[in-house]
Amino acid sequence: MLSKGLKRKREEEEKEALEVDAWWLDPGLPAVTQAPPTLASSSLFDLSVLKLHHSLRQSEPDLRHLVLVVNTLRRIQASMAPAVTLPPVPSPPIVPNVADNLLASSDATLSASMASLLEDLSHIEGLSQAPQPLADEGPPGRPVGGTSPNLGALDLLGPATGCLLDDGLEGLFEDIDTSMYDSELWVPASEGLKPAPEDGPGKEGAPELDEAELDYLMDMLVGTQALERPPGPGR
Amino acid sequence: MARSRRRRLPRGGNDFQWCFSQVKGAVDEDVAEADIISTVEFNYSGDLLATGDKGGRVVIFQREQENKSRPHSRGEYNVYSTFQSHEPEFDYLKSLEIEEKINKIRWLPQQNAAHFLLSTNDKTIKLWKISERDKRAEGYNLKDEDGRLRDPFRITALRVPILKPMDLMVEASPRRIFANAHTYHINSISVNSDHETYLSADDLRINLWHLEITDRSFNIVDIKPANMEELTEVITAAEFHPHQCNVFVYSSSKGTIRLCDMRSSALCDRHSKFFEEPEDPSSRSFFSEIISSISDVKFSHSGRYMMTRDYLSVKVWDLNMENRPVETHQVHEYLRSKLCSLYENDCIFDKFECCWNGSDSAIMTGSYNNFFRMFDRNTRRDVTLEASRENSKPRASLKPRKVCTGGKRKKDEISVDSLDFNKKILHTAWHPMENIIAVAATNNLYIFQDKIN
Repeated sequence: MLSKGLKRKREEEEKEALEVDAWWLDPGLPAVTQAPPTLASSSLFDLSVLKLHHSLRQSEPDLRHLVLVVNTLRRIQASMAPAVTLPPVPSPPIVPNVADNLLASSDATLSASMASLLEDLSHIEGLSQAPQPLADEGPPGRPVGGTSPNLGALDLLGPATGCLLDDGLEGLFEDIDTSMYDSELWVPASEGLKPAPEDGPGKEGAPELDEAELDYLMDMLVGTQALERPPGPGR
Repeated sequence: MARSRRRRLPRGGNDFQWCFSQVKGAVDEDVAEADIISTVEFNYSGDLLATGDKGGRVVIFQREQENKSRPHSRGEYNVYSTFQSHEPEFDYLKSLEIEEKINKIRWLPQQNAAHFLLSTNDKTIKLWKISERDKRAEGYNLKDEDGRLRDPFRITALRVPILKPMDLMVEASPRRIFANAHTYHINSISVNSDHETYLSADDLRINLWHLEITDRSFNIVDIKPANMEELTEVITAAEFHPHQCNVFVYSSSKGTIRLCDMRSSALCDRHSKFFEEPEDPSSRSFFSEIISSISDVKFSHSGRYMMTRDYLSVKVWDLNMENRPVETHQVHEYLRSKLCSLYENDCIFDKFECCWNGSDSAIMTGSYNNFFRMFDRNTRRDVTLEASRENSKPRASLKPRKVCTGGKRKKDEISVDSLDFNKKILHTAWHPMENIIAVAATNNLYIFQDKIN
């Protein structure tokens, strides 16, 4: 992003500003040259969506940044929604189509895409679940997870749907060697396993869980998977 | 020379004559990421000054005793101890790297010869003991001088080991490691006035710890929604009240502060007081929420007030008045018209800290271009100063700086468009009793003193 500790020269800043202005407007559009100098809501919208995607692609998104961008995006969308009818200023015909498409697609799928993007966040947190093909469940409807408090890190498991990735859940695990989970899983407490406040026996310095506890935890994992199945038709 | 009796009148930022004292850190233009200072904190006496950096290191400076033979050293800070507090970690379960960057350092009040501090990265808090050793024992019975065990059959006589002086050695050792309690990134730690407990806050939860117990912590605030889709607000900072050990505050990304009383219930999800200033409809924009997000909250030493820092201003709140602050100080209002660009380059998300002086009569916070601002609460005057190597002659007075917002730029003014947004002063600290300030500018630590001091 910004270079570290280097004083940017003024010309560089201006060049960067120009670059910024250009990237999200389609250079093919003749309307670009006639676009108003002030930043249109739609440009800000695009910028925000890009920031959101960028944030979610981080291995561990900055939650504050994410929440602020999402809220800003909602604000922008709210202000754009009533303005689907275009301003009276005559503009070339191609601009309304683009704007319409943008707004139409955003109106129709924004809630769903933002919801799924936020779900991705909880999904990213819950990457510890064993890879298991899940049927595509459509919009996220997260059932209440009845996890034990000891599995604080795992209680963020959500249905693995609506991912940014096209190939679904398995794609996330392609490059992870799951043999790692077989033995080293429960080694030192410092591996960030449990954020639980209420531990029973002192865990500090205890390198291994006994078999009974291991079985219990594995059951919970599998059990949680079962809980995450889509609710029955009666719901 | 006997110190003449001076009445300590409360003086403000403008009545001070701030002078350059020292600068620590490399002069190199090419800054290593690991050297970027991420936190600065004086201890309770002000004799020790700790910094943490992105590389997980802690450097502690100690103030030299004033020395008649070296009058010019005037209480300089020199390196006392350096240690690696946190290392980069890998969370195998989530395939995530945990950054070693030190987010916060908080000192414990001194109870014996050793010094204790808490340092934290995103996930783990550590209690460090810093102690001095200036003697060593000689004449052991079971081992010889190089430490090798002696053959027991060769020992024919017993002797008492004697203590001999040695060069001062400062050792830092981790005494407690408080891990596995935070799913999200820790942004604050705060030691309680009971000196036995402390809190740690991440984006969604606040935990209460006992300093002696590492395998357990109590969750006292949890704002995580059942459905993460409903997440609209995060915790940004938290602090214990300086005197009331049952009271703490936490701030949010929506510009609100909640004061909680731990006596009312175990889980403090319901606040006792709720501080929020109503939005000014005339200045509403898409960025209103982002710029209202509070990046720091600090109680005054008196405990009567608290101060919050949002993107453009510093606000002082009276704990007895929840509906608006008693003071609002503009830090860099000229940036309001630039919010779009600052959003684009992410500067709008920068988290500035703020601090009080010892008597609560002045407050200080950082800005861009290596500028920092001071506000005198009594005289209502403010000043902008710069931390730069160009003004680094010993005891050179700092000249007030001015940003030109439009129209004709006067001599010595700098225009808004020329500000360097890479040079941000996010971390500053004020000596608890004297007029000495520490200002972190990327990888350099500047120390300024009041001339009259």
